[in-house]
Amino acid sequence: MGLLTFSRGGIHPPENKISAGKLIESPGQPEIVIIPVSQHLGAPSKVLVNRGDTVKTGQVIAEPNGFVSTNIHSSVTGKVLKVDLFPDSSGYRRQAVQIQVAEDEWVDGIDLSEDLVKDFNLSTEEIRNKVLQAGIVGLGGATFPSHVKLMTPKGKTAEYLIINGVECEPYLTADHSLMLEKSAEIVVGIRIMMKGLGVEKAIIGIENNKPDAIEVITKASAEYNNIKVQPLKVQYPQGGEKQLVQALLKREVPSGGLPIDVGVVAFNVGTIYAAYLAVQKNRPLIERVVTITGKSVKNPSNFLTRVGTPVSFLVEKAGGLPEDTAKVINGGPMMGKALSNLDVPIVKGSSGILLIKEDEAHRKEMQSCIRCSKCVTVCPMGLEPYLLMTQAEKGMFEDLEDNKVMDCIECGSCAYTCPSSRPLLDYIRLGKAEVGKIIRSRKAV
Amino acid sequence: MSQIILYTIITLVAIGAISAIILYFVAQKFKVFEDPLIDQVEEALPAANCGGCGFAGCRNFAEALVKSETFEGLNCPVGGNEVMAKVASILGREAIVQDPLVAVIRCNGTPEFRPRTNSYEGAPSCAVAHSLYSGEGGCPHGCLGCGDCVDVCDFDAIHMNPETGLPEVIDDKCTACGACVKACPRDIIELRKKNKKDRKIFVSCINEEKGAIARKNCKVACIGCGACVKVCPFDAITMENNLAYIDPVKCRLCRKCVVVCPTHAIHEIGFPPPKVKEPEANTDTETTKAADNETKLKD
Repeated sequence: MGLLTFSRGGIHPPENKISAGKLIESPGQPEIVIIPVSQHLGAPSKVLVNRGDTVKTGQVIAEPNGFVSTNIHSSVTGKVLKVDLFPDSSGYRRQAVQIQVAEDEWVDGIDLSEDLVKDFNLSTEEIRNKVLQAGIVGLGGATFPSHVKLMTPKGKTAEYLIINGVECEPYLTADHSLMLEKSAEIVVGIRIMMKGLGVEKAIIGIENNKPDAIEVITKASAEYNNIKVQPLKVQYPQGGEKQLVQALLKREVPSGGLPIDVGVVAFNVGTIYAAYLAVQKNRPLIERVVTITGKSVKNPSNFLTRVGTPVSFLVEKAGGLPEDTAKVINGGPMMGKALSNLDVPIVKGSSGILLIKEDEAHRKEMQSCIRCSKCVTVCPMGLEPYLLMTQAEKGMFEDLEDNKVMDCIECGSCAYTCPSSRPLLDYIRLGKAEVGKIIRSRKAV
Repeated sequence: MSQIILYTIITLVAIGAISAIILYFVAQKFKVFEDPLIDQVEEALPAANCGGCGFAGCRNFAEALVKSETFEGLNCPVGGNEVMAKVASILGREAIVQDPLVAVIRCNGTPEFRPRTNSYEGAPSCAVAHSLYSGEGGCPHGCLGCGDCVDVCDFDAIHMNPETGLPEVIDDKCTACGACVKACPRDIIELRKKNKKDRKIFVSCINEEKGAIARKNCKVACIGCGACVKVCPFDAITMENNLAYIDPVKCRLCRKCVVVCPTHAIHEIGFPPPKVKEPEANTDTETTKAADNETKLKD
């Protein structure tokens, strides 16, 4: 079979994977961590600790507050300084737990060894419970609680498990390095998730700009006939769930639907590895691989970072803030958002920190739309970004809903390709937020 | 040749006549009765079609006025009491006298008081900036300065001051239609009672964060200390979520709160320069009245 990719839209931004091939390192622990209680989609978790409490690494500090919610664990050992509002990556203050870090001491019952544990003998129910207890959420960026995904809604059946090792976002290499170093663990994780979902077939999608990852994962999964590695032609945004399903299986997720509607459940490789640690080692999700990169960063790295570590700490460990830095982005260049403050913490969904040089940081001046329809051509969801932008600008939210604004995956291809540098995605995001409010209020009635 | 012209004229006249007859009967059949009062009321309205009354335009508002029994909840902020009295006389009802209002900007975060820690270069719209992050100065409640309020104003009554980066209302032009209030994603703009000589006393801050945090981002933020609440002789000031609010109806413009505010978050506008001697507590309202008279004399 030749190389697959998704069929509609897509772009080819420069890859700039500067930190590729760098081993995963630990940056150490900062003096103070700030752990937000809302690191996932859904209801913020309910805080269980108080000021002055001593917490151990891996201890639950916030419990789920609703079905779509999950556990939050302390990523360090130490004393709780404050349970208060702290600025998150958007600059708005949200509830978080601030902890003064002491010497690392894990809670009992956690296997800290690096040995590979291959065998497991758990029921579907037990796996789901462990995933919930470990506070696992989608680490690709959407941070949707994973235990919810493991519950197939009534009337639908999961047929395939898809593992997202695409990492189509330029610069980022967190998933790539994880696949290279933890291939055996990932394969065990895949088997666990297959059991958790009750599916027989799994496909790992990896873009062919990562031949080394394709090779090691193929080798690691060789003994299992039902796990297939599928190299994919490089194209952004292939890492989008719906695009990946389309690329691998030629199945189109319906508008407003989820991959489960076409019998598929997709997880990021990072999530799979977290599930392995949770089920086989009892380790909750308190650290993740974060790429610190940028053209003038001295030491671009893939850091295995504890949740709650300030961004400034990681930047320091990667060689300090280069003088010509004009913008620091939380995430990749396509979907990430610029930070207004470097003291914000790394959360479960942070896949990278990107430092942009002065000469590349600024937007070009916005000009009038010339009706070239490039944005329509590249939109992977088949939307009309120019129209959505205008309608969002004019406050025509009912029309926006009719034009399927909620299907937008915010990949930014439209804004990237626009020759007039129009802020298409900015307005579409605004439109999505407003339409989301309208839909919620309609449901509430 | 002349025959052709003649036939043409006859044919066209015939078609015209037949069509006119058909149209007449159709018009009779599908006639919609419309209260002639609606036209009269619409005539009296300012025809600004601003939506300040809550209806799509002046015509819709006129229909609503004619239909309703009383004028309760119906008011044309642009025309004010004068227009409402006129409408009332047309409809033979009693007008409800409403206090005229004016838009007030409740943020004073100039670059001097609220240093900019980053620069925003996304889409030039407050709504977009608000949905993305807390703003250039770090205050999550403060004015974003992209001018959504300026864009929506139909009366040219609000302008951006490039020096302060904040919008300014021209009181004489402001009709209190409320378009800017709706446009502001941070609810900074409030419609407050219009006082004599456009005098105003209000808390120029809507930051609900704790005092220390609010102060860190902006030197003129309300820190919720409560000094103004204690000093107010008219119970006009309430403190909620670390933020003082002056009730425009209860406030008698005595200016005591202005003096005690440690961060100068309470603004006084339109008053003569303060006298050297502070007025006594019990004669306060009288002195303001006296001051009123003085300025009147000067005028």
